[in-house]
Amino acid sequence: MADIKDAILDYVKEEYLEEDDDMEITYDTPLITGGIVDSFSMVSLKVFLENTYNVQIPDSKATPEAFDSVNKIVELLKEFNVGQEG
Amino acid sequence: MSYSEDVRNIFTAELDNIRETGIFKEERAICAPQDSEIEVEFPIGSEQKRVINMCANNYLGLSSHPDVIKAAHKGLDHRGYGMSSVRFICGTQDIHKTLEEKLTEFLGTEDTILFPSCMDANAGVFEALLSEEDVMIADRLVHASIVDGMRLCSAQRDTYKHSDMGHLEKKLELHKDKRLRVIITDGSFSMDGDLAKLDKIVELAEKYNSMVFLDDSHASGFIGKTGRGTHEHFNVLGKIDIITTTLGKALGGASGGCVSGRKEIVEMCRQKARPYLFSNTVAPVIVEGALEVLNLVSKTTERRDKLEKNTEFWRKGLTEAGLIIKEGETPIVPVMLFNAKLSQDFAKDLYTEGIYAIGFFFPVVPKGQARIRTQLSAAHEMHHLEKALDAFTKVGKKYDILNRTKQEIIDKYGM
Repeated sequence: MADIKDAILDYVKEEYLEEDDDMEITYDTPLITGGIVDSFSMVSLKVFLENTYNVQIPDSKATPEAFDSVNKIVELLKEFNVGQEG
Repeated sequence: MSYSEDVRNIFTAELDNIRETGIFKEERAICAPQDSEIEVEFPIGSEQKRVINMCANNYLGLSSHPDVIKAAHKGLDHRGYGMSSVRFICGTQDIHKTLEEKLTEFLGTEDTILFPSCMDANAGVFEALLSEEDVMIADRLVHASIVDGMRLCSAQRDTYKHSDMGHLEKKLELHKDKRLRVIITDGSFSMDGDLAKLDKIVELAEKYNSMVFLDDSHASGFIGKTGRGTHEHFNVLGKIDIITTTLGKALGGASGGCVSGRKEIVEMCRQKARPYLFSNTVAPVIVEGALEVLNLVSKTTERRDKLEKNTEFWRKGLTEAGLIIKEGETPIVPVMLFNAKLSQDFAKDLYTEGIYAIGFFFPVVPKGQARIRTQLSAAHEMHHLEKALDAFTKVGKKYDILNRTKQEIIDKYGM
């Protein structure tokens, strides 16, 4: 699970922060409400999750609330059996 | 269902929430034709105040031009007030076809289709052309109408960092297995006033076999040496597959928009674009007005040249006064204040000084990037700009932000 969290965190940093941005992002940092990811460019995060974890996240599940932190995204992925043992 | 108190309370609570978050929009009543100086009631019902207008999209100053008004009268007299029909039933007049031809000629494309607005063009074009096998890759700062149009389309959506060509290339590589790829960008970005790197975008499109979509609403009529738009500025005329633009800004300022580009794409829109199929034809008054606008801008570049000079003066003046602006070359000039409250207070003080400009903050612009957006017009005379510059300097001095760095302003006022 920690691997998944780190992979998402790394992606968010690379995809949404500028090179000179020294902002600290943790698993709980609010991404959408914190203004790091906007509701439009959030689609790129969805594309990443779908491609990386081989899932299809319907738009009804890919909400700004569900994408608002790395921890929340991991919770969402569990619904698709990503990161679940067995 | 009746409109019960419970229903009313739901909306009231939502409106209260909008007010509390500071994004409640209040209209000002302008009691004059659109121009560089206008009479404004703000709040509505209060005493009228004459102010210099620094926030209209009236880039060429044609919104109230006598020749355009005369042409609009001609449209009214010869073709009536309205058509009471969509285009494909009984709403297409000879002048609609003429305007489409003239726009094709002006934009240097193969064909054009009119829409009631550019919002409608953007809302309809993607769904008409693309399906699940395709991908739309958009700059992150494209206009809201493009965002909505993309959401209405079943093709996959992706984005790239604003004007970051390396990032765009990565996305094109990622999606190279798709049937169709479309790179989507504004020509001139409405909040930042910078231009898309259209020459580089076209290069990447050719390398990755992608189409290019350009919304040139904030460029048509004045960007490029003869005002044809961003594609003229970057010497890529004829290489943009889909251009959308508006008649509601520089090109007369009334309403109406279009999709212009490859002839098959335009034909697909005629067959499938829902805002075209299911809304009324553009009124004859607007069509004749727009034809006269195209006539005026094709005859002489005098207005776009004046706008360019005004823009240079304004950008230089603000910089020399010690304010921070977003670099660029367009007549959209954002004065950066970073703090949301400061942007509102600053705009209010400008209004007291007789300058009408609006402060924008999150979520309209990214957090910590609040600003006053100023927009130049060919209708501005030097005395307007000098007065506006004096006001910006005076208010800037009041808040002690002249010759301060971004960090110093943030330290003083917060993000």
